[in-house]
Amino acid sequence: MMRNTKFMGYRRSDGSIGIRNHVLIIPTVSCVNRIAMDIANKAGGVTFMHPYGCTFDAEENAITEHSYIGHGLHPNVGAVLVLSLGCETASAARVAEAIAKSGKRVETLVVQREGGSRTTGAAGIELVRQMRRELDAQPREEGDISELLIALECGSSDAFSGLTANPAVGAAADRIVDAGGTVILSEVTEMVGAEHVLARRGKNDEIKQQLLSLIKRYEVDLSLSTEDDSGIFISPGNVAGGLTTIEEKSLGCIYKAGTRAITQIVGYGERPTQKGVIIMDTPGFDIASVTGKVAGGAHMVLFTTGKGTPAGSSVAPVVKISSNNKTFEHLREDTDISAGDILEGKKTIDQVGQEIADLVMEIANGKEAKGEYFNIQEFAIPNVSVVKKEVIHARLAEQNDFRFEQL
Amino acid sequence: MGDKAAIQIRDVDHVATAIEALDPGDVVKIRGAVQEYEIVAKEHIPRGHKIALRDIAEREEILKYGEIIGMATSPVPAGHWVHVHNCRGIKARRNPVAANPGDRNDA
Repeated sequence: MMRNTKFMGYRRSDGSIGIRNHVLIIPTVSCVNRIAMDIANKAGGVTFMHPYGCTFDAEENAITEHSYIGHGLHPNVGAVLVLSLGCETASAARVAEAIAKSGKRVETLVVQREGGSRTTGAAGIELVRQMRRELDAQPREEGDISELLIALECGSSDAFSGLTANPAVGAAADRIVDAGGTVILSEVTEMVGAEHVLARRGKNDEIKQQLLSLIKRYEVDLSLSTEDDSGIFISPGNVAGGLTTIEEKSLGCIYKAGTRAITQIVGYGERPTQKGVIIMDTPGFDIASVTGKVAGGAHMVLFTTGKGTPAGSSVAPVVKISSNNKTFEHLREDTDISAGDILEGKKTIDQVGQEIADLVMEIANGKEAKGEYFNIQEFAIPNVSVVKKEVIHARLAEQNDFRFEQL
Repeated sequence: MGDKAAIQIRDVDHVATAIEALDPGDVVKIRGAVQEYEIVAKEHIPRGHKIALRDIAEREEILKYGEIIGMATSPVPAGHWVHVHNCRGIKARRNPVAANPGDRNDA
């Protein structure tokens, strides 16, 4: 049971509520990353670094723009500065317009028009300071757990992740969902092989079918595009480590989402419209997976880790849960809570689940997660074009068409 | 610590995962889902591998995470090692264990 379901946050004009009130600087192309960082550091904003914004792959360009827009629309963001170079394929105008529809203040600066990087930077600092002052005057309002979207992620896992941290987060997820809240599980690569286990959790036949076809599509793509089929098979290394079946392997990861019914399947960066357990279509790469869920509006990320990682998000607190106490001690400045007491017999999985649920509400109410120390964070989107090209090439090769074969 | 221990994830689970290697006769503390209790290991079980918490019949579904992870291919008495020699996936479309990548059963 959740001991507390209320928090004080920032109400947005679209009715949503944020747990932070950030001024976000969106560099629409990697060429202006440094200017965005400089503005963020000097004026109290947040931003992210990335290598995107200029591509001739239409799908990649669309995902790039949608991910920027998702971050701008994010409830934890109160105002946005769109920072553009001027000639990139990602459109600053489209991004700014889509975010402005929410009623937020959105400003745009274009380096090639302003007169250089330092002049643009100075203008940006002035704008962000102004926006920061406006947001600081905004009173906080009461929010309820049913308005929160909590993303689930695992990375830098170890042998204990599936035994302590993931089940404890699952226990917290059940509490959040039972109190009316929503959790998002992603990383479809981890679900391949255990689709029948997940499909049983679908709230109706339509969800079950969507889930099965989503996982099937990944399986086909993976089998055609990569030699590493560890997501499909259980590898000899897994077997040596003690994993017996693919079901067991996948459960260790998907158990983060607890045991409640799956209510909706959403695309990469898409905002869920249902409450409960949501599955988002993202790759397994932590940064792209977190970016997609945050672009979809996740207020916070519960990130389990065995060895420890500083990976974060510019707009959503990323809360680290270590699987063992040694990593917690070793990376104390990056890790928020440890599930290691389960190993030592000092706590049950359920007790740690309760602690995580309590921490979720504390962080929603303003307590700083360790990773929030940094105002510049990671950002990545799925590697669309590379995977697609490899799949196309492999399919052609199956038909004895070797036009793309390297000689 | 000195104690040998294994983690049981849900109270309905038939197996627990050893957090260090177990030897026959070891008293193993079972933790995680429930109030700690003890069970005696009957054979060597490597670290990270599973110990049966009760007798499991042949063809019985084996639960971990409260879900079916596979089916027993032979009877497994309590305290014994549960792995690929006595448990296989229910819906495994492929041979779950390849002796080497070349002879994978890809049917």
